Amino acid sequence: MINKTVTTVEEAMSGIADGSTILVGGFGTAGMPFHLIDALIAQGAKDLTIVSNNAGNGDTGLAALLKTKRVRKIICSFPRQTDSWVFDGLYRAGQIELEVVPQGNLAERMRAAGAGIGAFFCPTGYGTLLAAERETRVIAGRNHVLEYPITGDFALIKALKADRWGNLVYRKTARNFGPVMATAAKTTIVEVDEIVELGTLDPEGVVTPGIFVQRVVAPKHLAARAT
Amino acid sequence: MQRMNRELMAARVAADIPDGSYVNLGIGLPTLVANALPGDLEVILHTENGLLGMGPAPEKGKEDWDLINAGKQAVTALPGAAYFHHADSFAMMRGGHLDICVLGAFQVSEKGDLANWHTGAADAIPAVGGAMDLAIGAKKTWVMMEHVTKEGQHKLVRNCTYPLTGMACVSRIYTDIAVIDVTTNGFIAIELVPGLELAELATLTGAAITDGRNRKTV
Repeated sequence: MINKTVTTVEEAMSGIADGSTILVGGFGTAGMPFHLIDALIAQGAKDLTIVSNNAGNGDTGLAALLKTKRVRKIICSFPRQTDSWVFDGLYRAGQIELEVVPQGNLAERMRAAGAGIGAFFCPTGYGTLLAAERETRVIAGRNHVLEYPITGDFALIKALKADRWGNLVYRKTARNFGPVMATAAKTTIVEVDEIVELGTLDPEGVVTPGIFVQRVVAPKHLAARAT
Repeated sequence: MQRMNRELMAARVAADIPDGSYVNLGIGLPTLVANALPGDLEVILHTENGLLGMGPAPEKGKEDWDLINAGKQAVTALPGAAYFHHADSFAMMRGGHLDICVLGAFQVSEKGDLANWHTGAADAIPAVGGAMDLAIGAKKTWVMMEHVTKEGQHKLVRNCTYPLTGMACVSRIYTDIAVIDVTTNGFIAIELVPGLELAELATLTGAAITDGRNRKTV
């Protein structure tokens, strides 16, 4: 029998070693797996490389993880926001390495990782600072830049519902990077609002098939059961 | 001259968006175009964080923070809307499926180079988001911006001095005083606000600009 559900967020964090590369879902706070990030902070892994669209908002979630100074490097498209003061402080103090990647490349490099693509050429960023010193090629008369996959040791993502096989559905624009990150990590850990009976999710509506998912946890459900 | 305010600029851009277009509006000034689109048109707005068919902001108190735009503001989804993940969303841009994107800019060169993501200041934290993908991916990339900076510096220039977002990607510029096509022959003014002469527009433009007002363009 396949059962990917784990009963606690602590259990969901097992095996995350120092030096891991972790893909963290979310666009701003929509789709950010807050409970999993809190559990990662408690778990204590350090020297991490984080891949996420933003570099934290306010003082919770990814920002709280950055505050622990256990993140060596962040790969993201849009670190600077009005509420990214935690990252801004670390960056200006030279305490975190930053790789800025155009958002489409960020998504496609993870898609490539998940799909077994060794590298790809894309016009995005040609002639800009972000493609400086990269291999380029003219394809069909257009300049392209060579881009390599981004693979995660782990992905931490948020979905709406899962079943015990790990099939996932998401909610509105909180879907964002979840499906692509799920494919790109060796171990994908999903925080959901609800774990439903196998067979409940409409197969036509499943967004992430369970083959891409290793662990599922429903933190809110656990919290409700404990009270 | 009758300089246009932001709402009039938005209305001017909106007037050129054909019925049935798929459009991405950049953060900042271009966002205003959404409010200026005539209600009888079906123009489908794309937001890169995973929604086609984006509607206006919800009433205060009815925000759903799982339903936001690229600027992370609460929005709504219109009947017929679709949600999708980031790789699909950027396939829509990079695969040339979007008809038009409207972006703000620091500078546009006479070759259509766009600078809108980074001031290049030594202490600035670089953040690009989807700007580079949008600039080169949409079928048409339009820029909407003030014609000169607050300090009177040129924004339409021979060569961008700010770091580039994309090369030779802008086809049209809507400013507060003119509409300009960017062609292989450089800037061509196709519309000037009342009271503005081409000679004055030329002094406000940092590269050669020719008169295209008799030229029919789309």
